[in-house]
Amino acid sequence: MSRFSEIIESISFAYKSIVANKLRSLLATLGIVIGISAVTLMQTAIEGINRAFESSISSIGADLLYVQKFEWFGNEDWSVYRNRKDIDFRQFNFLKKNLQSAVGMSASIGSPQTLKYRDLMLQNVLVYGTDAEYQFVTGSNMESGRFFTTREATGGYPVCVIGMDIKEAFFPNSDPLEKNIKIANQTYRIIGVLEKQGSMLGLFSLDNQVLIPIERYIQYISGWNTSLSITVKAANVDKLEETKDEIISIMRKVRKVPYGERNDFGVNQQELFKSTYDQLTSLIKIIGTLITLMALIVGSIGIANIMFVSVKERTKEIGVRKALGAKRSSILMQFLIESSVVCLLGGFIGLLISFPVSLIIDALVLPTVMPIWVIVLALFISLLFGVLAGFFPALKASKLDPVDSLRYE
Amino acid sequence: MSSLIELKDIVKLYIMGAEQLYALNGVSLGIDRNEYVAIMGPSGSGKSTLMNIIGCLDTPTSGEYLLNGRNVSEMEDDELADIRNKEIGFVFQTFNLLPRINALYNVELPLIYSGIPKSKRIEMAEQALVSVGLADRMLHKPNELSGGQRQRVAIARALVNNPSIILADEPTGNLDTKTGDEIMMLLSDLHEKGNTIILVTHEEDIANHADRIIKIRDGVIDEDCASVKSVKSSTGTSE
Ligand SMILES: Nc1ncnc2c1ncn2[C@@H]1O[C@H](COP(=O)(O)OP(=O)(O)O)[C@@H](O)[C@H]1O
Ligand SMILES: [Mg+2]
Repeated sequence: MSRFSEIIESISFAYKSIVANKLRSLLATLGIVIGISAVTLMQTAIEGINRAFESSISSIGADLLYVQKFEWFGNEDWSVYRNRKDIDFRQFNFLKKNLQSAVGMSASIGSPQTLKYRDLMLQNVLVYGTDAEYQFVTGSNMESGRFFTTREATGGYPVCVIGMDIKEAFFPNSDPLEKNIKIANQTYRIIGVLEKQGSMLGLFSLDNQVLIPIERYIQYISGWNTSLSITVKAANVDKLEETKDEIISIMRKVRKVPYGERNDFGVNQQELFKSTYDQLTSLIKIIGTLITLMALIVGSIGIANIMFVSVKERTKEIGVRKALGAKRSSILMQFLIESSVVCLLGGFIGLLISFPVSLIIDALVLPTVMPIWVIVLALFISLLFGVLAGFFPALKASKLDPVDSLRYE
Repeated sequence: MSSLIELKDIVKLYIMGAEQLYALNGVSLGIDRNEYVAIMGPSGSGKSTLMNIIGCLDTPTSGEYLLNGRNVSEMEDDELADIRNKEIGFVFQTFNLLPRINALYNVELPLIYSGIPKSKRIEMAEQALVSVGLADRMLHKPNELSGGQRQRVAIARALVNNPSIILADEPTGNLDTKTGDEIMMLLSDLHEKGNTIILVTHEEDIANHADRIIKIRDGVIDEDCASVKSVKSSTGTSE
């Protein structure tokens, strides 16, 4: 109880001495300001990436395998990949006939194309040719209308299923179904709209796409990409590895890969994506933590320095306080509180800087919010470093001899 | 017969390199409750050293100091701080007010260290300031006050915790004669109200405000006698 008055008095006195030395206090907090900005922005960025990743990952599907010409995260020399054969329908059909452990399989091929509706135009829309099984395999839901049938797909009918971005651009206030749009200058009838899927890591939209029958795509649209991508749905996530092994052995057979040679195709899965993502976030964490630590250490050395100066300047004050009955612990506490208040101030300024920056990141780079726990953590770290930085100066102050300090001028 | 202050053979030795300096060299004295004592002597004679020991700011190299019957010379730092807080009120030559806070807050300081709650503290501090005649200056900062007013604030601060002793080290040293006289009047008032006052000075005139004068020279007591004032008043009554 008796300590309570002292704590209050120390805080109000700390406030007075900060106000009396505004510029100096501000400079002293610079390192803490930078450190706190860094730590909060880092956490905000990671939070944003996490959110984006979670929404992206759900649209990729954990039970899917992608048989493609290239690995997603290959790290061999380009010469290894250059001469790979395309994946064609013969291979797709062979795989479909022989693969036992999968529950579904769909082939697709796509490229960016220009879309037109009346006098409106959209460029760089991803146009995929695919089959009727696509909807089941990827688990896509329809916002309205229907997906195309096997007959439409194999017959190359001029029908299409559009993503939400296309609907919003071309038909903001009307029903797109049964309307005709032009894809690469060919007319297609809209038969369905896909549900909104969001964006991949906040970087590009997954709704900026159009699906057309694969036969049609191959006949009329020949983009730069000529190799099929085969999406395989495993029975469940636990069966993923088994299905993967089976796919590899079938694909090696159909592509005539000699025994002992490496695969000349990729069987990609979300896991790979996840591990790359984990590497990315841990890299951000390491760099962010290093910057933060460096700034905080430099910052607290700065604060310790200022506190030593402050103790020296206020030697007489310390003597007077001791003469009036301040114990060592009272003086120690007073200076600890003072350095904590200075550091907390730095923490607040850091938050004042990083919060608007996080809003800018949210608006321009990827959707994110600064989590409350980060704010609490930031203030806790400031307090901690305040106590650490203030400890030795405060100890020195508390040990001053009252007679000597009263004589100090 | 225990006195308020009982000093027995107090020695304070300073060692600076090869040199030894006895600031106090065997001082023994007793001071009773409600005495008004002046410690006098030339500069460097050991007055402040003696006062610092009496005020528990400093500890003797050897000797025994009993304050209110308690052996102070064997106490730890924190116990001494507590004694200073509750038993001693200091008045310094240079006032030693904290510059950034107002008069009231300065007077509150000793009460903060005794853990007295805010409202009680303000009441006591205001009362002390009123008693030194500063009712209308409570919210002024030290630099907004004259020297005499600052010393009054310091006296209020010394009084506020109802200490057993008020120790004043050259309280008029930084004041002009007139203001100095006013401060001495204030100290005499306090003495009349029952306070024990120990005054350190090198000026005969100032020392004569006290009832008893202890003269020291080179760290030893030279003379311990009644002051001119008290001699006059006692001879005056006997005539
Ligand atoms: N901390 C110290 N270190 C060394 N010598 C000191 C110290 N304090 C006081 N002295 C010496 O002790 C003697 C008495 O000092 P002091 O009590 O301050 O004298 P006064 O107050 O009578 O002028 C002086 O010679 C002074 O130089
Ligand atoms: Mg002196």
